[in-house]
Amino acid sequence: MALKALDIFKLLPKTNCKDCGCPTCLAFAMKLAQKQTTLDQCPHVTDESKAALEGASAPPVRLIKIGTGAAALEIGNETVLFRHEETFYHPPGIGIVIPDDLSEEALAAQVEKLAGSKFVRVGTDIAINVAAVDDVAGDADAFARTAAAVASAGVPVVLVSSDVDRLAKALEQTASGRPLICGATPENWEAVAALAKSERCPLAVSAPDLDALAELTQKIVATGVEDLVLNVGGEDLAATLQALTAARRLALKKQVRALGYPSLTICRIEDPMANMSACCSYVAKFSGVVLTTLTEPEALLPILTVRQNIYTDPRKPIQVEAGLYAIGAVTPDSALLLTTNFSLTYYTVEGEVEASRVPAYIGVVDTEGTSVLTAFASDKLNADNVTAFLNSDDVKAKVGHRKLILPGYISVMSGSLHEESGWEVMVGPREASGISKYLKTVWQGA
Amino acid sequence: MKLMETAVEKWSGAIQEVTLGAGADAGGTRTSTIKVGGAAALPFMDFEGVTPNAPVVAMEVWDCEPTDWPAPLREALGDVVKDPAEWARTCVEEYGADAICLKLANTHPDEGNTSPQEAAAVVKAVLAATSVPLIIWGCENDEKDNDVMPVCSQAAAGERCLLGAVTEDNYKTLVAACQADGHSLIGLSPIDINIAKQVNILVSEMGFPLDRMVMYQTTGALGYGIEYTYSIQERGRLAALGADKMMALPVICMVGQEAWRAKEAKATAEEQPTWGNADTRGVYWELATAATLLQAGSDIMVMRHPDAVRALKGVVGNLMK
Ligand code: SF4
Repeated sequence: MALKALDIFKLLPKTNCKDCGCPTCLAFAMKLAQKQTTLDQCPHVTDESKAALEGASAPPVRLIKIGTGAAALEIGNETVLFRHEETFYHPPGIGIVIPDDLSEEALAAQVEKLAGSKFVRVGTDIAINVAAVDDVAGDADAFARTAAAVASAGVPVVLVSSDVDRLAKALEQTASGRPLICGATPENWEAVAALAKSERCPLAVSAPDLDALAELTQKIVATGVEDLVLNVGGEDLAATLQALTAARRLALKKQVRALGYPSLTICRIEDPMANMSACCSYVAKFSGVVLTTLTEPEALLPILTVRQNIYTDPRKPIQVEAGLYAIGAVTPDSALLLTTNFSLTYYTVEGEVEASRVPAYIGVVDTEGTSVLTAFASDKLNADNVTAFLNSDDVKAKVGHRKLILPGYISVMSGSLHEESGWEVMVGPREASGISKYLKTVWQGA
Repeated sequence: MKLMETAVEKWSGAIQEVTLGAGADAGGTRTSTIKVGGAAALPFMDFEGVTPNAPVVAMEVWDCEPTDWPAPLREALGDVVKDPAEWARTCVEEYGADAICLKLANTHPDEGNTSPQEAAAVVKAVLAATSVPLIIWGCENDEKDNDVMPVCSQAAAGERCLLGAVTEDNYKTLVAACQADGHSLIGLSPIDINIAKQVNILVSEMGFPLDRMVMYQTTGALGYGIEYTYSIQERGRLAALGADKMMALPVICMVGQEAWRAKEAKATAEEQPTWGNADTRGVYWELATAATLLQAGSDIMVMRHPDAVRALKGVVGNLMK
């Protein structure tokens, strides 16, 4: 929560001594509110004021790190409730829940799956990036053994148990990997918080409702454990979504610091489709760690993709990789249509080409994610870069003719492009919806 | 709970309530009519306001056999797709569709180029075979739609169908038809709040009531632009709750149509050996698209796969609990 200048001013000495370089304390407060200066420029500010100001300028949702090294998961530090207001910054961990009663072979298979569960979408790897060990056997050795095996997969681990002895046992071998202890309840919190403190691990906290949860986090913070995660459940879809939204809103809009932590959901719903739907919803609605009992790739892929999509920065257009794309059973004689690398533009063109059932190539030029008209107007789509694309090895190797279909909106480019490239330039439809008809009627083959 | 009360956001507006279908009392023949919209809160946030009506799960039916739908989809639907009336009946009776969305794909000049009368006959057959509300969607060729839709509108007069779609550039013919025959309208605007508003203003300036309008802001499938749809719908919902009447219309999403175009839904096991079971992968994709869009504020979900419909109905049930 950004402090207003007047709130800051109230905490300053109000002597207008100018030592900070500002004519008045109020001027200094205004600069500080706009983050154009730092508090240490005023040598006279009291320690109490300093503490108050620093506390107030801490992020409303604390940044929590689970795991260590390159694979560590950072969640929290979010600033908005709706992605269009700015962006969501820290994509949630998505992970599978591994029970501690598996046979050795089943466990080994799970661990292997974990390490290899990666998909490539639009040139980016998307993967499971956290794993939970679930205390179902009620046996410290089984829990510790499973935890050690899962930790070996190289992803951050969540230890799910409310039994302090079993948690302690599992932490003997895994604490150095900074797992998330999940966790503290109104019943066990003193012992579990002490464990989190001594092992320096983040701690997930659960309670029957948000009031009890806020009360509990305050008690735990008072013991010196500050890296907390709110475990808001995950079985009851409606209740979980309401808790996720309320916690985020209270932290951001009502300055409820006791709920200023990222959230965690564990979905054990038996029906796989209901489970996946719930997980997708939790990803969209702020959950920082989304744990599921699903393990099949066809069920995990959509959840990972929701994360990829919802956590893209709406201020930056999404781009597809520039290059030559083949749609359908193309031959060297297939038509070649030109478009830009703005993802929506590309997907629209791709969809229409596919729907036409006429095999064709789509040439994608890097226009920094702008649409055809914008790219042309800002010279990001011009005879030079189109010619460079036409001269690329890929086009030379796959396209056996020299006819390019240009988006109708930029027909004015035909002349210069023809001169520059030597290709025959055909003017295609203005809107993608005309592509199908164009390919079936105007395009007469190479 | 104290904190839940502190978390309440006080909204000044609500989504317009729109009735789909007309029963005998209202001059139609539907035995089930549905109300959509009406929410006075962000989606499913019961602690801050009411969500009086559950999102509608509709199923898409075509006026011709959709031969290019992916294999898992065609296999699940079976031979009924050869007969629109039978297809629609199966959707309602076996899969529990709340409404039918009849797409007049075969009227397109590049497809069957069927006549307005042929299309109207399909509309009548589907109405006769089902008792749920009907959504009728043209072939998205303005000229042809302007020939076909008025005839279909008349064939369904009094049934309070939902007809689509009008755009900024083409609305007068369909508005007039819906006005004459007592139907509701879908306004189409591709992910743009201002255009959405503009369409609603143009239509209401013709004297068409807002409580008979639904918005289609186009649907991006998961992985293929869903984030744009998500944010546009979320912004629309916020505007509506902030008492912007011209944005307070329920929203329809063409989930099945878009989701089944995704590679993730269509690819065979040979093409993508690491993506899991190819028979269910598309169902998950369709369902995930729908479940995610429900969180942004969506009122009518048009689906294709029977299993995705069943699962989505379960999700809606859990959300409305
Ligand atoms: S140095 Fe501190 S006390 Fe002096 S004018 Fe600046 S803000 Fe005020």
